[in-house]
Amino acid sequence: MPEQVSTTAVVLTVNGETHTESLPANMLLSEYLRDHLHLTGTHVGCDTSQCGACTVLVDGLSVKSCTVLAVSLDESRIETVEGLAGPDGLHPLQAAFRARHALQCGFCTPGVLMTAAGLLRESPRPSPTEIRAGLDGILCRCTGYENIVAAVGEAAAAIGEAM
Amino acid sequence: MSMTPFRYARPMALRDALADLTEHPEARVLAGGMSLLPLMKMDLAAPERLIDLGRVQELQGITETPDGIRIGAMTRHFELASDEVVGRCAPIVAQAAAHVGDPQVRHRGTIGGSLAHADPAADLPAAMLAADAVIEAASADGSRMIPAADFFVGPLVTELRPGEMLVAVRIPMLQGRRQHYEKVPHPASGYAVVGVAISLAVAGGVVQEARIGVTGVAGHAYRAHAAERALEGEGLNPGVIAKASSLAAEGEEILGDAVYASAEYRRHLLQVTLSRALQRVS
Repeated sequence: MPEQVSTTAVVLTVNGETHTESLPANMLLSEYLRDHLHLTGTHVGCDTSQCGACTVLVDGLSVKSCTVLAVSLDESRIETVEGLAGPDGLHPLQAAFRARHALQCGFCTPGVLMTAAGLLRESPRPSPTEIRAGLDGILCRCTGYENIVAAVGEAAAAIGEAM
Repeated sequence: MSMTPFRYARPMALRDALADLTEHPEARVLAGGMSLLPLMKMDLAAPERLIDLGRVQELQGITETPDGIRIGAMTRHFELASDEVVGRCAPIVAQAAAHVGDPQVRHRGTIGGSLAHADPAADLPAAMLAADAVIEAASADGSRMIPAADFFVGPLVTELRPGEMLVAVRIPMLQGRRQHYEKVPHPASGYAVVGVAISLAVAGGVVQEARIGVTGVAGHAYRAHAAERALEGEGLNPGVIAKASSLAAEGEEILGDAVYASAEYRRHLLQVTLSRALQRVS
């Protein structure tokens, strides 16, 4: 067992802001975001990479932040739910989740939003089947998913119209 | 959930990674971390040192070779599933990769990590067996080629030796072969209760060569040789499919668990799954 934890230098860009850090290698991305940057919008549910509540985007791709070492993301661009809304207000996904009642307790919602945000970048107009497949990595205990699927479809349409 | 501290290396070159592994034989190699990090979080693994391969350029990328393709060990599942070259030359590999985990896992998990971890219910090992893949392993002393059929030797155990790491996978050109991956996923974990990958060379309605890789039912992924022999030289008619499917577990110890799938259930499901896969390509 190492007697002391050595740290590793990394540069991480979180929601557009660049952070030069020296982090212990065993710090998970979820711990870095929540405990170090105090970005507590990223929730940790199961902490075993099952539930997807901790999902964030790394270089545009959805990942479960509870199962990634922060030090392995040197020079990566990380996006969390705090960065989703723009200066004009809610992101279309957030607006659609609100309009469609796609959440109840809201615990999983940050992860669902970020998973969906990643999905819409890969596939801007997904079919309901593609939305369901894209949300395979998240668990929601309240909604039964129907409203989530509808909201993601509605957000995709709204983004398409705005472009 | 905090992890036990460990020492951490992030080499930029394969040579440096191999030297580090030689110097620290107790180290574990970190690829996408989708298997190793959960094990470490649950204290089922506590390596003193991790060698992170994320920056090693030589382990990235998919290239066409004169006789097939070479896939770097750090190629992620989502890349395998969507890559044009893999889709054209080895569709069975792309199809199996699309079945791994969920989107978040496919964005991080790698082919090298999955194969070296050798979970007995993982998807890619079955595809490697059906594809006649060759595993390229390297150590500080040089590299060697290991046929996929010899690579998987037990639950989480491979033919890799201490000081060796998986650097690439070579897949022969499979264009024109009839290929399919049929999977019955566990409803909670998504791992294969049974997974069957098939690749058949068919000419004039007759199977010239059959490859069948099976995952999920035994201690490691295996080739169903008896079922392959039952297909070769025959047409893909219902009688032949039934005969071949009945031989899918031949010579293998089928594992059962008390909670979800008994050995008897898995053996039956395997027969049904192979039959479905063969019907799909007939």
